[in-house]
Amino acid sequence: MDFTIALFLIQDGIINGAIYALLAVALVLVFAVTRVILIPQGEFVTFAGLSLAAMETGGVPGAVWLLLVLATGAAVMDAGVALRERSPVKAARLAMWNLAPAIAIAAAVLILVPLKLGLAVNVVLCAALIVPMGPYLYRVAFQPLADASVLVLLIASVGAHLALTALGLVLFGAEGYRTSPVVSGSFQIGPLFVTGQSLLVVGATLALLAGLALFFGRTLIGKALKASAINRRGARLVGIPTMLSGRIAFAMAAAIGVVSAVLVAPLTTLYYDSGFIIGLKGFVAAIIGGLGAYPAAVAAALAVGLLEAFSSFWASAFKEVIVFASILPVLLWRSLTSTHSDEED
Amino acid sequence: MNRRELTRFLIFAAIMAAIPFLPFVPDFWVTLLDFVGLASLVALGLVMLTGVGGMTSFGQAAFVGFGAYATALLTTAYGWSPWLTLPVSLAVTVAAALVIGLVTVRLSGHFLPLGTIAWGICFYYLFGNLKTLGAYDGISSVPPLSIFGMPLLDSRSFYFVVWGFVLAAILATANLLDSRVGRSIRALRSGAAAAESVGVNVWRAKLTVFVYAALLAGISGWLYAHFQRAVTPGVFSLTVGIEYLLMAVLGGAGYIYGAILGAGIVVVLKNFLQDLLPLFFGAGGNYEGIVFGILLIAMLQGAREGLWPVIAGRLGKAAPRTVDATGALPGRGFDAGDGDLLRVQDARRLFGGLVAVDNVSFEVGRGEIVGLIGPNGAGKSTTFNLVTGVLPLSGGEIHFEGERIDGLGPERIAARRIARTFQHVKLAPMMSVLENVAIGAHLRGRAGMVSGILRLDREEEKNIFGEAARQIERVGLADIMHQPAGSLALGQQRLAEIARALCLDPKLLLLDEPAAGLRHLEKQALADLIRRLRDEGMSVLLVEHDMDFVMQLTDHIVVLNFGARIATGAPADIQRNPAVVEAYLGSPA
Amino acid sequence: MSALLEVGDLSVNYGRVEAVRAVSLTVQSGEIATVIGANGAGKTSLLAAIMGLLPSRGRVVFDGQDLVRVPAEERVAMGISLVPEQRDLFGTMSVADNLALGAFRRGRAEIPARLERVYALFPRLEERHRQEAGTLSGGERQMLAMGRALMAKPRLLMLDEPSLGLAPLIVRDILQTVSELRDEGVSILLVEQNARAALRIADHGYVMELGAATMRGPAAELAADPRVAEIYLGAAQGMS
Repeated sequence: MDFTIALFLIQDGIINGAIYALLAVALVLVFAVTRVILIPQGEFVTFAGLSLAAMETGGVPGAVWLLLVLATGAAVMDAGVALRERSPVKAARLAMWNLAPAIAIAAAVLILVPLKLGLAVNVVLCAALIVPMGPYLYRVAFQPLADASVLVLLIASVGAHLALTALGLVLFGAEGYRTSPVVSGSFQIGPLFVTGQSLLVVGATLALLAGLALFFGRTLIGKALKASAINRRGARLVGIPTMLSGRIAFAMAAAIGVVSAVLVAPLTTLYYDSGFIIGLKGFVAAIIGGLGAYPAAVAAALAVGLLEAFSSFWASAFKEVIVFASILPVLLWRSLTSTHSDEED
Repeated sequence: MNRRELTRFLIFAAIMAAIPFLPFVPDFWVTLLDFVGLASLVALGLVMLTGVGGMTSFGQAAFVGFGAYATALLTTAYGWSPWLTLPVSLAVTVAAALVIGLVTVRLSGHFLPLGTIAWGICFYYLFGNLKTLGAYDGISSVPPLSIFGMPLLDSRSFYFVVWGFVLAAILATANLLDSRVGRSIRALRSGAAAAESVGVNVWRAKLTVFVYAALLAGISGWLYAHFQRAVTPGVFSLTVGIEYLLMAVLGGAGYIYGAILGAGIVVVLKNFLQDLLPLFFGAGGNYEGIVFGILLIAMLQGAREGLWPVIAGRLGKAAPRTVDATGALPGRGFDAGDGDLLRVQDARRLFGGLVAVDNVSFEVGRGEIVGLIGPNGAGKSTTFNLVTGVLPLSGGEIHFEGERIDGLGPERIAARRIARTFQHVKLAPMMSVLENVAIGAHLRGRAGMVSGILRLDREEEKNIFGEAARQIERVGLADIMHQPAGSLALGQQRLAEIARALCLDPKLLLLDEPAAGLRHLEKQALADLIRRLRDEGMSVLLVEHDMDFVMQLTDHIVVLNFGARIATGAPADIQRNPAVVEAYLGSPA
Repeated sequence: MSALLEVGDLSVNYGRVEAVRAVSLTVQSGEIATVIGANGAGKTSLLAAIMGLLPSRGRVVFDGQDLVRVPAEERVAMGISLVPEQRDLFGTMSVADNLALGAFRRGRAEIPARLERVYALFPRLEERHRQEAGTLSGGERQMLAMGRALMAKPRLLMLDEPSLGLAPLIVRDILQTVSELRDEGVSILLVEQNARAALRIADHGYVMELGAATMRGPAAELAADPRVAEIYLGAAQGMS
């Protein structure tokens, strides 16, 4: 391998690593607040990416129906709880609270998308579609399990992934799509050919990470989220509702998914099931970082991106094998050094 | 397997044997049942691994792959006969499981299932990229199995082979569960601490069940290759691994027949959904994935124990095990020996910067009852954990019978005949009191997995259970020994823990708050028992808050406060010691 | 005075184990009530159930309102705060952040005023406001836990073993602060194993044994009752 190839691989690794870093941060965030290891994180990326691709052509993305289905599920479950408490008024109110935003968003999408109002509007509509899926998913799949062990939550998470991927096939079809880049153009730095989109990836990732740091460091709600992660009982004792933190964390995870999609969809072709592997690599990084520390997860994500870039050069067929196998020694090391026993969740 | 279970098994076997002969059963259903059988083998392994051993695996499909690829490769590329490849396929699976298991069983908490996802994906890509294995096209034209020169080409003839294996696996699993090794695996679920405290090598037990589950998956893979006559990597992917786990969760992860039930539901449902739903929603969807995903979550939210317990509840309760009163294990006695039995010398333990145990020294003589008392957070339980090797010392030494034991792990300390109970009771709640107590005799038996499966361990089992029953009687729980441990009141659970500890035939017995939750008369009975044990030569170290109990029972008392020893002496002196009074009632300041 | 908190026949179960058996107690407005008892008597479970952290049977009425179905978070908003035995601080966050979160249900605007009050009570916390909570000493942690609870401006403050693991001098300071709070009108439910100290500052006392309240009365009477000493040191011991 010569220097140019190495540089090229490093560039490739950094771009991939930036995306994995975003996903890793989302996973760490969700795990810290809710103890859910969010396997479907990747689905947020693909659903957002494929929705963007559909909207570019003026087509209504299938995600609209998914949003309505999830909202209905949440409405039914919330109303069911209220009915068991024999308060039909509350049931109706909760059902409406769940359904109204989803219906409004769906209507907006159905009306605005065929007008082809351009990329900026599409991105906003896409975010409006995908971000609420986070809290709805939390309500439907995870909130009833809030007191369960990490293990049970993980199995539920795998179940959600299974269902969502299969739904992805129904909603978006088996075809792969790529969107047009947000930033076009490219330029040459020495031997390297750099596209505007790839600079955007790195820049946006850094900006988002900085934004998250500010959110957790400065705002009361950010601190409340962090507090629920550090000590759940302590958080309840100061009056932070666990449920609310869960919904916010899932909304943020979905939002990060949308950002990742905007960044990555012009770079690679997305299929309905691409999210799983992309998400899992973010997740490898999150685990290497210990599922608790954001800077460590970001560093690990870069390492995963580089490992992937170089192994696709040396042993392209075994690139996935190498990336996923790399997690095992880390897991082992974490298990042997962490003091937590099997008994805590 | 007791008579009731045996009857249940025979009825099940008879039904399964009759099905293909029934005239109204179409070929299509027999084929479906073949697939149910193949899946049942894997799900049975998962019941052992996840439901019984507490290790959740999403990666079992990979082991099916090892079994399938091994035979496919050997029969097609090297022309081996299928039956000849069976041992090789299984050896390959076991070897792979040993290597993967060595890492996997060391993973703690949720890292373990995450690890299984990681290697589950790895092997899928590995199978799909190895040229020798035909890459993503896989291997085709695998020869069929044949019996006496007759090839088993149709699903009816294959049916008997598959279900023969399934029935054998049910028997083997039931036998394994009801054996010394099985009990140590079952004990894992309620935490490693209790198992270790009676000398179970936790890693070995975990690895054993891991390999056993992989072995069943490997058999399924071997059968699959010769049934489908082809193997492709997609069959061994993570998604399929998730489906296997769904089977176990659906049927009931702790129950043998739950595995069969779960496999049946998932296979039939999948087929049904693949045929039916596209009629409504158009082709090209993966509709079963949607249903399975939702089903998995719904089961976790609504019926975490699975469906089998619901059905089994209607079939009646399992009959209690019969205990042969002639069974007994020989006691190993107590030697006089010189010097103290246990000597704790300047023991120190730090947690972060906090000193939990601060240079504590004390001795326990042979045939002596020593009380360790002190207010909440004084370091008593930590001291117990130091003596039993659960926690390493930060400084100081611990000697037992003149030899240093600090630095040994809990199971090696148990082997020196030091037994303990726990402040927070650690019994397997679903196992009967009798079985829980029998785990205590782990080190006094020798039978391994194979003799358990083949039922060669009956004499030893008779003795272990005779001994367990005797110890249960001793602590006064004889009339409830067949009840699940989780149904007992807290005080009785503490007594059951004492019986379990006694099954170890200890020289030194450590009791952590044995009298908590007992009524007055029960306390008296417990005190009498402890005195009798002392008179037989046993030494007892006990932590207890009931001062009446401690004062009337102990020969000697050590008082801790803030991790440090503040007094030691005879009970009467301790009660008059001003430092002790202050530590307990608080300073009058 | 009227009853701020009324607990009636409250029971808590862990599986089949009954940790609290039909306990009834009242806390009058502006008084300190204390629950004392040996280890494992069920005191901590009692407080957790009143806070809504543990499922329980029986009645919990706060200021005339029945609290069944009210989750713990909402009880905080209604004016009940618990300082738990484990303190449950946010260890990797600063002292100031811990305190700010204490006022989560009161909103940002009220933080400065509450903060001033808490810093006046515990000047130590102001000195250390930037330090991470996890690095504080035992006594400072207890102050922070109490300060965080006070940020919510509770009407009923429940304290679970505030003296646990603390040196006698610090215990004295903390209990001194507790009686000052009472004088300001905060009602207190104090669970303590340091029986003598608790009964000295309390107005009423309850003794718990094996999950049940076995003795009750004015604190001074309980303090003089030889049976209370027996529970702690065994029957052979008189009050010496």
